[in-house]
Amino acid sequence: MQTLDKYLELFQKNRKQIGKDDPPFMKKLRDTAIASFRQSGFPGRKEERYRYTHLEPVFDGELSFDFQPRQIHFDDDEIFSCDVPLLDSMVVTVLNGFFHHPGKEALTRLDNGIIYGSLKEAIGQYPDLVKKFLGKNAPTSDEPFVALNTAFSQDGIFLYVPEGVRMERPIQIINLLLSDKNHMVHHRNLFVLESNAVAQVIICDHTLSPHMFLTNSVTEAYTGENADLDLLRLQNEHNNSCQVTNTWISQERHSRCQHGTITLHGGIVRNNLRINMVGEGAETSALGLFLTDKMQQVDSYTVIDHRKPQCTSNQYYKGVLDDISTGAFNGKIHVHPDAQKTEAFQTNNNILLSDTAKMYTKPRLEIYADDVKCSHGATVGQLDEEALFYLQSRGISKEEGRLMLMDAFTWDVISKIKHPSLQERITELVGKRLRGELSRCNNCAMHCQE
Amino acid sequence: MTDQEKILNEVTGSDYKFGFQTNIETETIPKGLNEEVVRIISAKKEEPEWLTESRLKAFRHWQTLQMPDWAHLRIPEIDYQDIIYYAAPKQDAKYESMDEVDPELLDTFNRLGIPLEEQKQLAGVAVDAVMDSVSVKTTFQDTLADKGIIFCSFSEAVKNHPDLIKKYMGSVVPYTDNYFAALNSAVFSDGSFCYIPRGVRCPMELSTYFRINAANTGQFERTLIVAEEDSYVSYLEGCTAPMRDENQLHAAIVEIVAMENAEVKYSTVQNWYPGNKEGIGGIYNFVTKRGICKGDSSKISWTQVETGSAVTWKYPSCILKGDNSVGEFYSVAVTNNYQQADTGTKMIHIGKNTRSTIISKGISAGKSQNSYRGLVKVLKGAENARNYSQCDSLLLGDQCGAHTFPYLEVDNRSAVVEHEATTSKIGEDQIFYCNQRGIDTENAISLIVNGYAKEVLNKLPMEFAVEAQKLLAITLEGSVG
Repeated sequence: MQTLDKYLELFQKNRKQIGKDDPPFMKKLRDTAIASFRQSGFPGRKEERYRYTHLEPVFDGELSFDFQPRQIHFDDDEIFSCDVPLLDSMVVTVLNGFFHHPGKEALTRLDNGIIYGSLKEAIGQYPDLVKKFLGKNAPTSDEPFVALNTAFSQDGIFLYVPEGVRMERPIQIINLLLSDKNHMVHHRNLFVLESNAVAQVIICDHTLSPHMFLTNSVTEAYTGENADLDLLRLQNEHNNSCQVTNTWISQERHSRCQHGTITLHGGIVRNNLRINMVGEGAETSALGLFLTDKMQQVDSYTVIDHRKPQCTSNQYYKGVLDDISTGAFNGKIHVHPDAQKTEAFQTNNNILLSDTAKMYTKPRLEIYADDVKCSHGATVGQLDEEALFYLQSRGISKEEGRLMLMDAFTWDVISKIKHPSLQERITELVGKRLRGELSRCNNCAMHCQE
Repeated sequence: MTDQEKILNEVTGSDYKFGFQTNIETETIPKGLNEEVVRIISAKKEEPEWLTESRLKAFRHWQTLQMPDWAHLRIPEIDYQDIIYYAAPKQDAKYESMDEVDPELLDTFNRLGIPLEEQKQLAGVAVDAVMDSVSVKTTFQDTLADKGIIFCSFSEAVKNHPDLIKKYMGSVVPYTDNYFAALNSAVFSDGSFCYIPRGVRCPMELSTYFRINAANTGQFERTLIVAEEDSYVSYLEGCTAPMRDENQLHAAIVEIVAMENAEVKYSTVQNWYPGNKEGIGGIYNFVTKRGICKGDSSKISWTQVETGSAVTWKYPSCILKGDNSVGEFYSVAVTNNYQQADTGTKMIHIGKNTRSTIISKGISAGKSQNSYRGLVKVLKGAENARNYSQCDSLLLGDQCGAHTFPYLEVDNRSAVVEHEATTSKIGEDQIFYCNQRGIDTENAISLIVNGYAKEVLNKLPMEFAVEAQKLLAITLEGSVG
């Protein structure tokens, strides 16, 4: 049986189970999604967007899937300690794609009107609010994995920041994967920032058991007029896992958005990012840093859609590749005919540390307006021999010199992370990663087989 | 200043200065494409059995293919059965001296400014003119023959040097390469063949002019250049076509083989009819050009100025197989009105210490779409490979588009690959500066565009550089509102 049929059958067989308490609009959304997935199927090898990452075989594997949250009793503190501790944040935990809230409310509404918690619960409690945004920005016809997620996703995190409200503390979403067999997760986040709202979101992805995990997540974010969203994702799953993330952000007039993806570990990682600038004067910056070794594959696909005039975008992607890992970057800047005065910049720099590592980069500009400033630059190379020699001449060992240069290389991206203590923490994690240490192991009680 | 004015004066009142049609009787075969037509073409050219077979093989393969649609182009459906695949000037094209050539044909070439006549000997150009697929005259054959250089039409080469043709034809661009290469391999009519023996430095620029004259015909020429060890050749190619309001098809193949230490410089000024202001008519230009640096330390350099054609689909490429070999690509592509261009290069690094440079300048005006698409691929064994790419786009007008699609695939850690691209429009401050110095806006634009393209134009041989500059000005004429 073909992989596509397998998923169609999984959907049909469990149609009653999937989104059991769905309001009608959700049912409709799922049906449209499965229909577009039926049409598109899994992207083949020939498909330009997925040229360097072939995901169908991964989805074809023997994987379990939950329609209801599984009751797993585990003690956060005992088996898991966060990579980014001591960060003054509101922590929400997602276990296997379901909001994990033992003894707590599924959805919290703060005094200032901020709502956060389970998306499933939000669909039930605030159907009108969710209906207005869910699936509107990430249409299922755009991307097969978004369609698949829309059809299957059961839960995730919902965040609503009302007009003019500034979130004092960042919200930290910790995605945990824990299972006793190979497992598949589709989860979905929805962040809505009304005009003049300010929010910071950190998403951390972790695996807690050595089984193979497949995650296909969709994050939709809306920033209202003059709103400010800072979204950072830290990917730290084990190398036996596969992760497909789809982040669709829509920006209104004069809104600002900073999106970052730091990939430390993970077997096959595919990050789709699409930023739609639907209002004038929006600003966006997209950061990406990946460090790969062994057989890792990291593929970043970005589209910055400049639909209105006077928007600014900056993309900054860097990669360090070792062993037989493969990296890909496919970034597109699309400037629509009336998006005059656009400024769009894109940089992609990569370092290959071994003879067997591979990097494919494909920066693209599609420009239909004339009064624009756009540029992209891409490089693939190795550490600067001269700089290394200089360090050695100052009595620094070659190995240490290499690390210093790589630190400096990655610092370009890390330095752009706004939150100071987060920046510090990530510097440390990246430093450790470069030294080949497993960042998690220090205070991790789990005994991985790595 | 005076130069600039002259350019403008020259073009006043004429949109496409090569848009005349020569009333020479042509011999054509009926429209359509099938095995029979392929056989007829082959028979008309008195080709040996093996070539006919190879054509048929290509044709059968072509039938299994679909026209590629990945390019950033909008091409209306092409009816391949509505094209005449063979059109030759009726007079037998074998002349001993210039006097025998049909005067009207000579006049055509004069109007084109082709240095076919004796006086052009001073310019030191040997020309092989291809009109509607048939090679009319190759000048200076004797001078070249002294040096052992073979420069003749493709069909002559098939007759006189079958071994060379058999050995090299299709060795760089096999008929299975792509849709248009397969089509060309099946129905190619003529073209040029050039062979530079070992250690010979070709004393003059070799040149081919292509012109499509008869209506409804497609032009399918084939160029093959073989440079033996330690040899050097500079090759020029120019293209024009009369104005017609239906689209005409041009699908050519150029193959270059460079042996050890050889250097081949290939320059093109492409000025096929681009269609009128409403985007009606024009040439569809689907060309496969590829060179292989077979020997160590060899070099292939492509320079192109693309101003014509309604649709351009062209990627001159280099396979850098020999160690220390060098590939270069310099391009200026200008599109105006409704023209569409998707052009760029491929640099495949196979050998050690191979280097490649890509400089591409795109200029789009009117409602045109101009894309750069390039691949730099470094294979595992290509140690210390080095690539530098720069792709700039200039936008004139608010309805045109400029796009860049570079692919960088690196499989070796010692490789250094760099790519840079910018897109911008002409700065108002630059124009203002020119204006206050007394240069009007149109001239200022021409000045700035020429300066912008200078890096590439400098790479062209002298005679071509002048022509190319004029072409740039003509193509952009009236594009500034």
